[in-house]
Amino acid sequence: MQKFLFINPENCSGCRICETVCSLHHEKVCNPTYARIQVIKWESSGLYIPIVCQQCEDPICETVCPMGAVFKDETTGAILIDYDLCVGCKLCVTHCPFGGVMISKNGKITKCDLCDGDPLCVKNCEPKALQFIEGTAINFHKRRVAAQRFSELMQKLLTAT
Amino acid sequence: MVWNRKIAYINLTTGKVKTKEISKSLRKQFLGGRGLNMYHLYHNLKAGIDPLGPENLLLIGSGLLTGIPALGAGRCDIAAKSPLTGAVGDSNIGGFFAPELRFAGFDHLMITGKAEKPSYVWINDGEVSIHDATHLWGKDTFETQDQIRSDHNDEQIKSLVIGKAGENLVRYANVRTGMKNAAGRTGMGCVMGSKNLKAVATRGTMDVEFAYPDKLLDYCSEMNNQITSSRWARAQSKWGTLIIYSNTNTTGLIRTRNFQLNLLEDGENLEPEVMDEYTIGMSGCYGCSVHCRHRYVLKEGPYAPIFGEGPEYTSLGAFGTMVDCKKMETILIGNHLVNKYGIDTLEVGGIIAWIMELNEKGLLSEKMTDGLNLEWGNEEVVFELIKRISMREGDLGNILADGFLPAIAKIGKESEYYAMQIKGMSNLHSDERPTPSLALGIATSTRGADHLRSRPAIDLYGLPEELLEEIYGAPMSSDYTSYKGKSRMVWWQELLYAVTDSIGICKFQTVFCAVNAPKFEEFSKLIEYTSALKISKPELMEIGERIVTTERMFNNREGFSRKDDKLPERFFKEPTPLGLPIIKGKKIEKEKFNSLIDEYYSLHKWDNNGVPSEETLQRLGIENKQS
Repeated sequence: MQKFLFINPENCSGCRICETVCSLHHEKVCNPTYARIQVIKWESSGLYIPIVCQQCEDPICETVCPMGAVFKDETTGAILIDYDLCVGCKLCVTHCPFGGVMISKNGKITKCDLCDGDPLCVKNCEPKALQFIEGTAINFHKRRVAAQRFSELMQKLLTAT
Repeated sequence: MVWNRKIAYINLTTGKVKTKEISKSLRKQFLGGRGLNMYHLYHNLKAGIDPLGPENLLLIGSGLLTGIPALGAGRCDIAAKSPLTGAVGDSNIGGFFAPELRFAGFDHLMITGKAEKPSYVWINDGEVSIHDATHLWGKDTFETQDQIRSDHNDEQIKSLVIGKAGENLVRYANVRTGMKNAAGRTGMGCVMGSKNLKAVATRGTMDVEFAYPDKLLDYCSEMNNQITSSRWARAQSKWGTLIIYSNTNTTGLIRTRNFQLNLLEDGENLEPEVMDEYTIGMSGCYGCSVHCRHRYVLKEGPYAPIFGEGPEYTSLGAFGTMVDCKKMETILIGNHLVNKYGIDTLEVGGIIAWIMELNEKGLLSEKMTDGLNLEWGNEEVVFELIKRISMREGDLGNILADGFLPAIAKIGKESEYYAMQIKGMSNLHSDERPTPSLALGIATSTRGADHLRSRPAIDLYGLPEELLEEIYGAPMSSDYTSYKGKSRMVWWQELLYAVTDSIGICKFQTVFCAVNAPKFEEFSKLIEYTSALKISKPELMEIGERIVTTERMFNNREGFSRKDDKLPERFFKEPTPLGLPIIKGKKIEKEKFNSLIDEYYSLHKWDNNGVPSEETLQRLGIENKQS
């Protein structure tokens, strides 16, 4: 079954290991500027949110690409760029609502390729803010979190009476 | 390549900046971070200078491994001659500054002189410039960082800043970055204040090149797994360093009411679980898979709302056990205040506990109290003193802002006995009377009483003696109250920490509290994969010796010697009143302790007075610079 890169910001500790392993793996240097994933922080309120390509089902980057250079890898689910076709017009960068497509070194357009189906950021994320899991598992996870909140509320109501 | 990266020489008096590549031979001798800082301090500073004069140096260094995605490799080392002790000033800070400095093209900074008006240094993608900081002067450490980001319109700027304590030249003012990271010890913020230097800010988008990126990636994952598989790291991930309290306040290895008792009665409200009420999540420094800091919110009370990070075990002692305050909220507020003012939590807590005991013993004149009710457990007076000291308000605040030794001179000779300090610097709220190894560490530390220089914390685990021999390389007792073999333990840990501080990783991710954590062997591989330098375990240990002996030479030149490697007299006179049967009734035995010091010196190949022999200096390639 198809897996998805699932982000749970509540677990993120802000350590930026994801950014560093991404740049080391893809660019062979340590430079978070060129990482496909980035932790956006509101330091003074303790909010850390990892942002990366969402690998959309109906990708806007694909829709806006005038060269038809954006395609989906059916095995990994990653939305990829065919560099033989890409002319670097950056329309995908402009239109992506997540900042998932980015301008890398020398103006090259790049994005998360899910490391061929085994994302290194996920492998190295100790607090499990990043997970690569099946859609059904995500659904269950979300429902469980919601149920947890619901049960806390129920407990309060029960103890109040 | 990662070893030949740059150092910038920044003269605040002239405004001139020079840059230079760091040589391979220096790297092989001192690695980076603390090691290189110590080399520069020893070679570029004349003996006897005023630490607050323009001739003092401020050294800022990333580690050789800074930037790798493992082991909290975001540490930065800050050094100068200490205005608190007059000895080596050196403090290590986590967070995100050091990697950003590397991304901006620099590994080390040597700042000299004094700016004419408040200034900050700005380092951006290979360029260094000095800017006016008049509008930042007077701002707290949070506001200062925010304002610099806003001035440059870049949220990703990382800054080392000082608060009011640094501006007011409090001798133990710290340097801060982020919400809680602090280079706390030895008054490095005071040195910045003396140079009119409000901040060093940096932002970089440049590459840091590592020799074997793929091998490094695999090995970093292995390292992170190695550390997070330890029970210590798992506990830290959930409770932070507060977890230490659960042990020390059960066994009796903690100081309460300054140094009167070694357990806090009714102290359950300081147990780490209490933090659940305030915590919204944990937070990690750069490259850290342990994430030992709480992100907390205090919603109610006169100081609310507070969002903060921490608190560390240190603050739990400073504003809790040592002053007999028993509420977690007191710790959270105290932690917030010291972070805001930029003052060392440990030093200020130690000095407040001391003044409270002097008050109790009747050694403080009424005039001296400045109208404060200095009774134990008075949290309001703790907060008030943090403020008065940071702002140098009133006679008492002003006297205490200079640190223990000048304060003893002003308050009276009798007060010295109650001051839990070594070389003028306060000790942690740990009670080392039952543990000779820990006591030896604080007595001989090159920067004054301190637990981060050589503490063999794993001595407390009672590990099998075969395992201890395997780690430390010689037989020793597994009984933590014994003196047998403990000098070697301290010596070995001292070398390990010197190397740790020089490669720029977190001490909690080496053999500090976790036995199976990475140590010399693993460091050797990490150094090879990042820099292609092949440095074996024995060579790394020799580098550790070189760094510590350089610090020793610096201190000796400033008049320090064996006479200063001592414990407060109370360690020998007053037995521990409480604790487990193995801990209760313990004090340090003077003769045995002196033998420990002898052994420790001989392991370092220093003479009986703690002076490195000519042979040792030659072996380590250290020049004998007497001026």
